[in-house]
Amino acid sequence: MILAALPGFEPLVSGDAVVAQNIAFGILAVVMVAAALRMVTTPNVVHAALYLVIVLAGVAGIFILLGAEFVGVTQVLVYIGAIVVLFLFGIMLTRGALGEDEDAATEKRRMALMVGVLLLVVTGGALLDSFGDAAMDRSRPSLTAEIGDSIFSQYIVPFEAVSVLLLAALIGAIVVARKE
Amino acid sequence: MSTLTLAVELAYWQQTTIRAVVALVAVLIPAGTLVYLFLFKMMSFMQSRLGPMEAGPYGSLQLLAEVGKFLQKEDVLPRKADRVVFKAAPFVVLISTFLLVLVIPGGPDAFFIDVDTGIFLALAVSSISVIGILMAGWASSSKYSLLGALRATGQLIAYELPLVLAVMGVVIQAGTLNMQGIVMAQAEGEIFGFGAIGNPFIITQFLGFVIFLIAVQAELTQPPFDMPVAESEIVTGYLTEYTGMRFLLFFIGEFATAGIFSALAATLFLGGWYVPGLDPTDNLFNVIGPLVLMGKIILVAFLIFWFRFTYPRFREDQLQTLAWKVLIPLSLVNIVVTGVLKVLV
Repeated sequence: MILAALPGFEPLVSGDAVVAQNIAFGILAVVMVAAALRMVTTPNVVHAALYLVIVLAGVAGIFILLGAEFVGVTQVLVYIGAIVVLFLFGIMLTRGALGEDEDAATEKRRMALMVGVLLLVVTGGALLDSFGDAAMDRSRPSLTAEIGDSIFSQYIVPFEAVSVLLLAALIGAIVVARKE
Repeated sequence: MSTLTLAVELAYWQQTTIRAVVALVAVLIPAGTLVYLFLFKMMSFMQSRLGPMEAGPYGSLQLLAEVGKFLQKEDVLPRKADRVVFKAAPFVVLISTFLLVLVIPGGPDAFFIDVDTGIFLALAVSSISVIGILMAGWASSSKYSLLGALRATGQLIAYELPLVLAVMGVVIQAGTLNMQGIVMAQAEGEIFGFGAIGNPFIITQFLGFVIFLIAVQAELTQPPFDMPVAESEIVTGYLTEYTGMRFLLFFIGEFATAGIFSALAATLFLGGWYVPGLDPTDNLFNVIGPLVLMGKIILVAFLIFWFRFTYPRFREDQLQTLAWKVLIPLSLVNIVVTGVLKVLV
């Protein structure tokens, strides 16, 4: 899917491109919803992590469809290439070989549902509040250089704040690991 | 970038089909060449033997014979294996390889995709193969496979950082992530006002080139970084339970990735499809560009395989120490120095 979307970076003004985009979005959306449902219903933790890969790849595909190339690629590098790999690594180190995991699917289900609904309401509300039905400028893909410029000028304070937060998490991890 | 080479306008689906077929060729031809030239012949010569001599002249058809042999083998599935994940794993590794080849340009108009993110996209999709390896190791339901997959993951995560950081120096110098932009920066660059050979970044980014090659060696899990498949300890790691066709897919993936990483190194550090002395916008490069690139791939791959057949295996702790305590600090220093010089000069 990503393959089909990548070469389509000509300006998206013509009607054909928008139709093709909508078809691609439909396919991506169906695959993502199916994978997301299987992810929360499968009794096998490793399968859940692998379904998560499909969902995240779909997100990257949607970013690319919107012309947000850099964000889409970052999605693949960070979420698929690093975070899910760490999930899988952790699961395989601690759970041992193949096997179904019973306890994951009982007690915590209600909590997970609550967190999920809460997240949906908060992010959905915030998005509707700030954007409403404003149309997005899709006349051209966004350039990496522009993203870099805006991070290091307009958004420099949030960027530095996030850096400090990550540094704190890093130091915290080292402190926890070297407790003795 | 230059005048249109083709006299006929092709529809989008026709172009895409041609690109897909060429991408398949661009993955398989370098892979086959590397296996024959280096794995079959160079290794044999280094060990004072002839290597394959029977199939075709000088054994040049040996690879086809090997493929035929693998295809005939029984497809064994371990009884306790997770069938779907076990079968999907080699394809995940191949997806990573085939997405990687897309960013490599063969000439000013001869490219698969010419995207703004270029090398960043390549580094991102190269990390997908880790998931395939973890899937293979876990689904095999064998302790050797699982150990091999965990070792491979630890190694690939550790060496992905120096790989990315080594590329940063090139990106800073070229001022773009786009692969064509990086080639053009080298073709049109000058070293202290001397521009006859352009500015191949291997000269100014030599440290980056060395770090990149070491990290590539580790990413390919080749000796001296072959702890994940250490045959004296864990059989062949995550490959242990794979036979026939599926083993062949992993094998193709490994050598195709070796070829593509060589192509990336050739494009980033050796000027890609460009040869000094010619106009880089010349239409000629759409024809000779892929051949020039192939020559540079063989040059870089020669280095990679030379190290492969020369050095003994690292121990696991030495391997991690090299990545975290030597390569990453060195590549960070390289970035700082490159950045300062970029601003000053």
